[in-house]
Amino acid sequence: MKRIVPLWITAIVGLVLIISNFLPGTRSWGEEATTWFGIIAAVAFVLGGGSLLKVHLKKISDRNSGWAYSMIVLGTFSATLAVGLFKIGVSPNPAFPDVPWSGDVQGQGTPFWWVYEYVFKPLTATMFAMLAFYIASAAFRAFRAKNFEAVLLLGTAFIILLGRTFAGYFMTSWIPVDGPFSGLRLEELSVYIMQVFNTAGNRAIIIGIALGIAGTSLKILMGLDRSYLGGGD
Amino acid sequence: MNLIDRMANLDRRWIFLMMGLAVGIPIIVIGITGKTLPEEPTPLAQAAFDVLDDLEPGSRILMAWDFDPASEGELGPMATSFIRQCAQKGHRMYFIALWPVGAQMIRSSTSRVIGGYYPDLVYGEDWVDLGFKAGNEAVIKTIVTDFAQYFPTDARGTSVDAIPMMEGISSLANFDAIVNASAGYPGSKEWVLYAATPLKKPLIVGCTGVQAPQMYPYVPNQVQGLLGAIKGAAEYESVVNKWVRSEQMLDALESGGITEPASSELAARFAANPSEASTWTTEAAAAAMSPEAKTRLIELASAPTPGIFLEAQRRMGPQLVAHLLMIGLIIAGNAIFFATRRRGGSQ
Repeated sequence: MKRIVPLWITAIVGLVLIISNFLPGTRSWGEEATTWFGIIAAVAFVLGGGSLLKVHLKKISDRNSGWAYSMIVLGTFSATLAVGLFKIGVSPNPAFPDVPWSGDVQGQGTPFWWVYEYVFKPLTATMFAMLAFYIASAAFRAFRAKNFEAVLLLGTAFIILLGRTFAGYFMTSWIPVDGPFSGLRLEELSVYIMQVFNTAGNRAIIIGIALGIAGTSLKILMGLDRSYLGGGD
Repeated sequence: MNLIDRMANLDRRWIFLMMGLAVGIPIIVIGITGKTLPEEPTPLAQAAFDVLDDLEPGSRILMAWDFDPASEGELGPMATSFIRQCAQKGHRMYFIALWPVGAQMIRSSTSRVIGGYYPDLVYGEDWVDLGFKAGNEAVIKTIVTDFAQYFPTDARGTSVDAIPMMEGISSLANFDAIVNASAGYPGSKEWVLYAATPLKKPLIVGCTGVQAPQMYPYVPNQVQGLLGAIKGAAEYESVVNKWVRSEQMLDALESGGITEPASSELAARFAANPSEASTWTTEAAAAAMSPEAKTRLIELASAPTPGIFLEAQRRMGPQLVAHLLMIGLIIAGNAIFFATRRRGGSQ
């Protein structure tokens, strides 16, 4: 029963969504199913929070390696949740001064805003910015012209790297813009690579992926692929 | 140990230091001098501008801010310029977010641009913040037919029935264009698949560098304007800045008694070459203008562009040096590789 019911729910909802795209009279069915998805997505946030608690509490109780990080995760998670949920430090909305929880939790100066502005924002920006250092190290150690394909890749990388900056314009600005060789200007060449070679390759990949998704979806709807239910089946 | 061996075993911290300097020094130099590198817009950046420019003032533009602070470096300047063009043109802006912290991105960009430079715009009449909604592409699929189902209130909790500019909005079909600043999933691809294509709505996408190659296949039929990474942002920013200056000078010329088509021609000329404005005010053609109007025109022509509208162009400086460093590192790495291989070593 634990497997049959989810299989039928998947099959029915999936078919409804497909049919609603082709039969105008059934469009509202598809909209209804999409609304359910919205409700499930909102509930998923709660489930996600519960799952986070479960995983990290277990890690702490088992004293697994890195359990101290789990404590930090749980501490910051609980503090942020409490600050946001109970609107700690939020002044009431001037229109409703007698209602203590009427204020804007995300308004400037609130503790929730402070956590976002001075903890979350710098941390995520720093994580992303660190990529530049690792890419530079990888460029020095891993990007080798070992064979013809690698040479092609290197050449393309150089054109794009230069064409996306003022250096590309500066190096080939002597080629007349209106002349027959204007396409050889680095900024033009980088756009050409992106619009022609990249588009051709990406369209092929997109079409391939779409066909793959259609095939996999049919297998799921017909109950042939049950891997999404878990349990290794 | 000779030079090649020493280079082959170079501590990665030296490379980190070089990258730090490659990014840090241009930031300091640009910060001190205020100079930026010139930008020539590509057709895609120009197309992004043209889509919004061709719409009548008062058009309804859905602004979907699907990014977070991690990608703010690339997408923040685009968001700023999108808002500036729409605000200057007089479009009505409807902000939504499919990313949880997209709501903060909306607050940040609207407070900087609208709060700082367009204080006359009225919340609820000229722009509205509808906030974040969970559900990824399901949100798009639903609002294609029923907008109020996901957005019964704005981000401040006000019912959409009490917001004047929400009148007549029942679905995405009621909007004239969609502008999306996207850092991944859900984002530009979902807007193409579930909104712009079925509704045949103009879509402008500003996305991160890694996303851009995936968006090119949708240009030009499903995506009309595409800004890829900080380069796309810088190109678009330069177009918008030039146009805003031209619009402001057009107002000054017309209020000084210069009529169309001369006023438009002059405004475009002065926007391209601001130093011409002061020379022109001494000519006979400017005799009809009052001294105050002439002073206003010269002020507008010579006034520096506010820093927040130059962010993308400023960031092109560090990008230039960082890219050159990357090329240098690749060449050095390969030189060491071939030298080592010739000696019979391996890496």
